[in-house]
Amino acid sequence: MKAETGAAATPATGGKAVAHSVAESSPGLRWLAGLVVVVYALVTMIPLVWILLTGFKTPQDSISYPPKVVFEPSLEGYVNLFTNRSRQTPEYMASLPPPETWYDKLVRSRNMVITGPSRFKDRYVNSVIIGFGSTFLAVFLGTLTAYAFSRFRVPLQDDLLFFILSTRMMPPIAVAIPIFLMFRELGLSDTHLGMILLYTAVNMSLSVWLLKGFMDEIPREYEEAAMVDGYTRLQAFFKVVLPQATTGIAATAIFCLIFAWNEYAFALLLTSGNAQTAPPFIPIIIGEGGLDWPAVAAGTTLFLLPVLIFTVMLRSHLLRGITFGAVRK
Amino acid sequence: MNPGPDRTVRAGASAPARPLARRVRGLSDRAVVWLFVTPTILVLLAINIFPLLWTIWLSFTNYRANRPNAEVEWVGLRNYERILNKEDIWEYLQATAHFLSWTMILQVIIGFGLALLINRQFRGHSFWTTVILLPMMLSPAVVGVFWTYLFQPQTGIFSYIVNVFVDVGPLDMIGSVDLAPWAIVMVDTWMWAPYVMLICLAGLRSIPDYVYEAAEVDGASAWRRFWSITVPMVLPFLMLAVLFRAIENFKMFDMVVELTSGGPGSTTELASINLKREAFEKWRTGYSSAFAVILFVTVFGAANVYVKAMNAVKRR
Repeated sequence: MKAETGAAATPATGGKAVAHSVAESSPGLRWLAGLVVVVYALVTMIPLVWILLTGFKTPQDSISYPPKVVFEPSLEGYVNLFTNRSRQTPEYMASLPPPETWYDKLVRSRNMVITGPSRFKDRYVNSVIIGFGSTFLAVFLGTLTAYAFSRFRVPLQDDLLFFILSTRMMPPIAVAIPIFLMFRELGLSDTHLGMILLYTAVNMSLSVWLLKGFMDEIPREYEEAAMVDGYTRLQAFFKVVLPQATTGIAATAIFCLIFAWNEYAFALLLTSGNAQTAPPFIPIIIGEGGLDWPAVAAGTTLFLLPVLIFTVMLRSHLLRGITFGAVRK
Repeated sequence: MNPGPDRTVRAGASAPARPLARRVRGLSDRAVVWLFVTPTILVLLAINIFPLLWTIWLSFTNYRANRPNAEVEWVGLRNYERILNKEDIWEYLQATAHFLSWTMILQVIIGFGLALLINRQFRGHSFWTTVILLPMMLSPAVVGVFWTYLFQPQTGIFSYIVNVFVDVGPLDMIGSVDLAPWAIVMVDTWMWAPYVMLICLAGLRSIPDYVYEAAEVDGASAWRRFWSITVPMVLPFLMLAVLFRAIENFKMFDMVVELTSGGPGSTTELASINLKREAFEKWRTGYSSAFAVILFVTVFGAANVYVKAMNAVKRR
């Protein structure tokens, strides 16, 4: 056994440190551990930082070799993201009145004129509407259901809870086939309402499981005391339990929002024009001669930024959220 | 909590609506349960269970969604027969298995390793933990999109950085048959190793210090302590992380579609991607429904077996 040979060396180092936990290892080791973690963190941040930078490059700089780390920042990517442009002849360009705005000027320096706003803003707004709409519904229904599961003996409770969780196991494409047909029958294809209902259903499992965990942690004594004082069950729920559960509800809402925000498969298959969200749109931002990388990077940056901020806000609840409340620290 | 005055105010203010209010307030606990649970179950029945049943029904027909008016014929098990006899299917399942097993192996090693290191509690560890966690919250589809940019063979930063260390020439991560399966494994690991790390970290923190102290008093070596305390205590957490990740990666669609769209050829055509092709490009609705049912039964069955194993480990 390897462990036996190692044992001889340990008392020398470990003998004095009996009172210490393993976490409190020697400063040298701790320093080394920190170094490895920091290096890993920095390396995994390269892609995100690179995309952020690319959003401020010109299309030429974005495909230069070797890749440019130092470059002259430009807002061309962001202007291209929000506008449609068309290339014009030099004669036509010369005949135009002088540009009115900085972005007009930028586009004209490329021998193009702005023909109108692009669809990116609409897609982003769709993401916001559908994200918030479905989050509200999922958290509203989830709070009620979680309370019932947490406080009462619901018939078939475990089966129902497992059933709710198992809805998450289906591949989205498998569900998308009948949903596609159903929405077509009901006129919900490519509508905000259809997507809100769909994302609500997908988020129900997360919302019920997480909120049940949070509700379980609120002592029953609070509402029982209130009910002794003459509150009815519903009053106790609204006035005693809900205020106690605010943090949990907020955390759950953010998780649901992030899911709806990030969702791609359903959005790709069930929406096209009217209700399309940003994820299926970002890959098809086309410039002249292929993808317009700075515009794609700009769209990516604007799309990912809210999630990054929310993640930092959520960090103490992150573990619960990603395990459906199974691990609570 | 001082319900006294509040209640009198409410009772006075809601005088006109009293009959209704009294009825609502007087709800029995049983009624509250029904009121609170039913809407959720209805939503799930309408948008999850009903479609699932429909899929099962469709899988026995030759229905095509792009021809809604054509006559629908009951074909029995023919769709299932066709799928199981089709050689391509095994290719897609192999691609899925390759993706699934390598992402799990790498994520467990990296995730567990990072968790051990972070558990050393060096200065600033919570800040760096948050930084490491960022990728996993991002939209997988959008992640796929920007990695195609990073993976550009001539101008991409990935190929450039690799060439700084080893001179291998331009790396076509997405276009090459040999590299593409690894490209998707790499991006998935970049995104999700932090997930395994976070759950392992919770496992490590759940081990009470006195267990280590007792082992140390008994003269157990660091190596021995690691294998007989740390690993067994973290294992249930690690298995839970693998369960969640494996289910997600078995369904994997968005990130890989945007990164390689199944190519080159069908080297990265995972089961879900093939399903999408059959259902929404070739419009073979009946056939793809049968495939969907097979996939769902596989995940569901495998997850059930796995959960049993996990509970056995936990009980030990």
